[in-house]
Amino acid sequence: MVTRGFSSGRRPPTDGDARIPPGQYLEQGFPVLSAGPTPRVRTEDWSFTLKQGPRPIKKWNWAEFNALPLTKMTRDIHCVTAWTKFDTPWQGVLIDDILADAGIEPPTAFTLAHSFDGYSTNVPTKDLTAGKAMVALLYEGKPITPDHGGPARLLVPHLYFWKSAKWLNGLQFTERDEPGFWELRGYHIYGDPWREQRYTNDP
Amino acid sequence: MSDAAAVQSPWQTVRIVRIEKRTPRVTSFFFQLSRPFAYLAGQHVDVRLTAPDGYQARRSYSIASAPGDGGVIELAIEKLDDGEVSPFFHDVAAIGDEVELRGPLGGHFIWPDVDGGPVLLVGGGSGVVPLMAMVRHRARRNSSVPVALVFSARVWDEVIFRDELVALDDRKDGFDLVLTLTREAARRPADYSRRVDVAMMVQSMAHLPGPPDIAFVCGSNAFVSAAAQALIDAGVAAEIIRTERYGV
Repeated sequence: MVTRGFSSGRRPPTDGDARIPPGQYLEQGFPVLSAGPTPRVRTEDWSFTLKQGPRPIKKWNWAEFNALPLTKMTRDIHCVTAWTKFDTPWQGVLIDDILADAGIEPPTAFTLAHSFDGYSTNVPTKDLTAGKAMVALLYEGKPITPDHGGPARLLVPHLYFWKSAKWLNGLQFTERDEPGFWELRGYHIYGDPWREQRYTNDP
Repeated sequence: MSDAAAVQSPWQTVRIVRIEKRTPRVTSFFFQLSRPFAYLAGQHVDVRLTAPDGYQARRSYSIASAPGDGGVIELAIEKLDDGEVSPFFHDVAAIGDEVELRGPLGGHFIWPDVDGGPVLLVGGGSGVVPLMAMVRHRARRNSSVPVALVFSARVWDEVIFRDELVALDDRKDGFDLVLTLTREAARRPADYSRRVDVAMMVQSMAHLPGPPDIAFVCGSNAFVSAAAQALIDAGVAAEIIRTERYGV
């Protein structure tokens, strides 16, 4: 349905079209969104735990985690509130490298990411491995600010950005695909921006 | 809490049936739904505009009207000079125009019932919109739940829904309005003229008969960060604070 009197305002540049998923617009800033107050997590209090179901597999403190191999990842990111930001530069530890350090293969097909503020989000394990995702520690070469999820956040850039949990403190492998915080509150169980899977039951 | 939000909500065509200027930069648009839906105070909708060449722009807007207004919902839209959807509404849209709308959406920043409380609401600028739906919901239900709204605006003339809020405050029925103006002197005896801070939160919560069991904070990211931190410093548990941030 054409809207009377509406002609594109902030139309993306032509060469950027192919990088902007349906229903998204190009954002130059970096908006902040979260369900509650920003937790201030001190690195001396920080830890990261890998679990299978209720059972801890391995736990790292900040120094131990920072000793893992650092990888650079520059990616376009897509927020479900409709902004897309090009070329966001992150550095962090690939999930593959975390698993290698723990000496395990992915034990189940699904993962729940957990955060210090009680937030959680679910991601199929195959969307985290093979270089697709990391635990990011740096943004633009500097420690990630609390607003943007520091000290460490999940980065799963090919899914809507609520899947890239801020203030991450662990990954939990689960037998079933268990919905996380937003997935229980009306948002899509998988969240592929290219299929515009924003809300529950979007195809 | 997830049930209402989990309902599938396809796009529908809605028609503008009323337009009301609220402040110099905020105008309310009233939309007649073609498929009326039930919603909760605090929920939002997505609005979609389509250009002749097929280009589409969508934005989320909180619902300002109370649940139960039949098939008409109110969105209070602030004009953003560098926006592409809000300038359409402010400069082009007229009564009778149709756009596409999807909702209701959001299952977290909601006040599902008027039982419980006390409730603390903290809004900055157009961040008051979803809080207004809660305040109106309470009034419509003749609820006696104690609710305090701390509303920060730059100046008196930018206090969205000002006359309605002041009238509700004057009822003295358990709803308490605290206005704070950041660029002008306070107009009412109990109001402030500064940015939100810990002391203001402590004093505002003293209007309630007890500590809040839930707090909703909405506004720009800078506002929400400052207000949420002020609440925590005032002794409010982070777990009961729900936030919604607008834009950058």
